[in-house]
Amino acid sequence: MKPSRIVITGVGLTAPNGSSLAEFRANLLAGVAGIERKEIRYMGSQLAGVCHFDALKHQKKKEVRVGTRAGSISVYCAREAIADSGLNWDAVAKDRVGIYIGCTEHGNVETENEVHNISKFNYDTKFWSHYHNPRTVANNPAGEASLNLGVTGPAYTIGAACAAGNMGLVHATQMLRLGEVDLALCGGVSESIHTFGIFAGFKSQNALATHDDPLKASRPFDKARNGIVISEGGALYTLERLDDARARGAKIYGEIAGYHVNSDASDYVLPNPTRQAECVHAAIRRAGLTPSDIHIVNTHATATPLGDIQECEAIRAVFGEGCPDTHINNTKSYIGHCMGAAGALELAGNLPSFDDLVVHPTINVDDLDPLCALPGLVLNHPRKVAKVDTILNNSFGMLGINSTLIVKRFVP
Amino acid sequence: MTKDECKKVVLDIIADIAPDEDLGNVKPEVRLRDQLQLDSMDFLDIVMELRKRHGIEVPEKDYQQLASLDSCAEYLTPKFDALAGKS
Repeated sequence: MKPSRIVITGVGLTAPNGSSLAEFRANLLAGVAGIERKEIRYMGSQLAGVCHFDALKHQKKKEVRVGTRAGSISVYCAREAIADSGLNWDAVAKDRVGIYIGCTEHGNVETENEVHNISKFNYDTKFWSHYHNPRTVANNPAGEASLNLGVTGPAYTIGAACAAGNMGLVHATQMLRLGEVDLALCGGVSESIHTFGIFAGFKSQNALATHDDPLKASRPFDKARNGIVISEGGALYTLERLDDARARGAKIYGEIAGYHVNSDASDYVLPNPTRQAECVHAAIRRAGLTPSDIHIVNTHATATPLGDIQECEAIRAVFGEGCPDTHINNTKSYIGHCMGAAGALELAGNLPSFDDLVVHPTINVDDLDPLCALPGLVLNHPRKVAKVDTILNNSFGMLGINSTLIVKRFVP
Repeated sequence: MTKDECKKVVLDIIADIAPDEDLGNVKPEVRLRDQLQLDSMDFLDIVMELRKRHGIEVPEKDYQQLASLDSCAEYLTPKFDALAGKS
């Protein structure tokens, strides 16, 4: 039996340069980045991608106070996706809704906050918050969304380092096809700019970007790139089986065409281009396509000196020189690395290409690294193209997890 | 500390932990949970904030003393006075 066709019917997001798909896309086409300086505990001023959505649009003040930043991002994105989908939410069977949210990490923020809190009380643990456990459990971001939305179906997170955003959509597709749920809210979120540990960890790895101009700090593929800009953000989608979406006359952004997830099994932090290429190849095969059928490749490249070269090596191995209709871009050059949200956000920024046939560029490339000079790379200016029927989105993460997701133009 | 001042201390804490609530018409003799959206975690917040802000300890066996503003004042005012006396 052929698996059910799964379609995207709603998008809700918050990025450092936009808190709706329309605003985000407009800024991607206008070359508007969203990086600023932020005071980080123990570390002083650091570069970060900060989201400026209104948490109180969908949460009470008490929910914001009791919950986590990742929870707020999840609630905002989920509510915005539902509104965008046109679903009559009151009529939706809440026990048939699944919430699947990818996260790079969760719990660091609140643990650091509590350690800092008790440091003011001579480390007496009687001052440790009773909210610590509900805030730090790994399912917190999905759980807060279920509480806010009254969803009684499965709601949990998927830990997959920086491959997690894609994983939310992949897992949702699988659950819809298995008939476990009828509607999925899925994607990824990140609150990582609120934990000094992530900044300090990347700094100790010599992988934290520095630049006098925050807007130019995230520069994948540029010779002068010097590391990651850490960002927060989120993107959640409504996914449905095609029959359900059509029955209600839903707007359809695109169809899940293929995906693949694999592991490097080679290093804690260093990427493995061979496994990355295998992941991309396998996703293309599952989609029933060939590399030359892919029109946009959204790269994972985070602007580390080595990581970008290795991903380019993987892409070169798959697409070679023989894919003239394949255009390659990168979204982190605008918004930094949104960690667990990265894959989901970066896909969202490219979805409008199905309609406007414009590929957003990779910005901040003043001096292209020859080792990253892929054919089809779209640099600094948007490119109007003849055809966008497929978008391939790469997201890779630590401990060697790779995810590739392909979305195709919806054709009835 | 007067009992009214004590009630004000408790209300200030509740204003922070239940920021969506209108505290203008809280009836001092009525149980707080019967007139405000407060759950058991919120009461733990009141206990925690009394500890953090004022150095007041409320043992678990006495939590019921925090049921209403009047009972809070009855129970907490001597504790505040004792602390003031110490200093």
